[in-house]
Amino acid sequence: MKPTLAELTVGQDLGSRRIEVTRTDLVKYAGASGDFNPIHWNEAFATGVGLPGVIAHGMLTMGAAVQLVTDWAGDPAAVVDFQTRFSKPVPVADTTGTPDAGAVIEVSAAVGMLDADAGTARVDLTVVSGGQKVLMKAQAVVRLA
Amino acid sequence: MTINPDLQGRTYPAAEVYDVGREKIREFARAVKATHPAHFDVDAARALGHADLVAPPTFAIIVAQRADAQLIEDPESGIDFSRVVHADQRFVHHRPITAGDRLVAELHVDGVRAMGGGAMITTRSEIYALTGDARDGGGQRDAVATTTSSILVRGEGQ
Repeated sequence: MKPTLAELTVGQDLGSRRIEVTRTDLVKYAGASGDFNPIHWNEAFATGVGLPGVIAHGMLTMGAAVQLVTDWAGDPAAVVDFQTRFSKPVPVADTTGTPDAGAVIEVSAAVGMLDADAGTARVDLTVVSGGQKVLMKAQAVVRLA
Repeated sequence: MTINPDLQGRTYPAAEVYDVGREKIREFARAVKATHPAHFDVDAARALGHADLVAPPTFAIIVAQRADAQLIEDPESGIDFSRVVHADQRFVHHRPITAGDRLVAELHVDGVRAMGGGAMITTRSEIYALTGDARDGGGQRDAVATTTSSILVRGEGQ
């Protein structure tokens, strides 16, 4: 069942999700997106430009975080507007060859605003990794019936 | 090297066409850990009223970053790619991107602001799908998405 605008209230909790990221995921995202900046796969390069180590693509965090909204809305095309600021990098430890995550991203979603005239709900995402908010003002506007 | 302030207001016209393929949508969806069937199963996408597989909400970044590359690689821009940090990003979808779309992006440099020894550069890509006879290079096109992104080019010591 897809959600409808009438049944939503501002502040309503829309659930949460835990996303595990490994160095392999960064290589996959690099290939899929065409973003081959070495700060996302080469430790020496990343530390050489002053980063704490290899970091996730901001666009991987943004793209993975919105899946909670897509699945809730029932149609990926319902997300008509999606924006964020990248506030902190997400360092991804090298756990190659182990079952461990290199980083964990916790996403939670709540209804931020309802616009009955436009037929849209704004979903505000809280995205945390390593105890810090890694995305700020992460907002998805969803068109609902 | 300093950022060229004259970049502001510059436009890079739509260059090469990006053909959206089903396997690229599936690959990108897996890469962002998306599991919605409309990214993978054509029947599931059609059941939602779409012509073909639907791209995830951030898929347009592929096309937008190709457009951005024209600016970053422009020798006149003064941008050192290794010092670029992605500061913010927005996608406004005018209609969904689906497999079979032939996309082009027009790049606009909306803002260049000095920050310390570096600069914040805001770009906007107007992404269109070629339609009808234009699919083969003519003039008709539909507005598909507007993406806006700010990059921080760190100065020395930043």
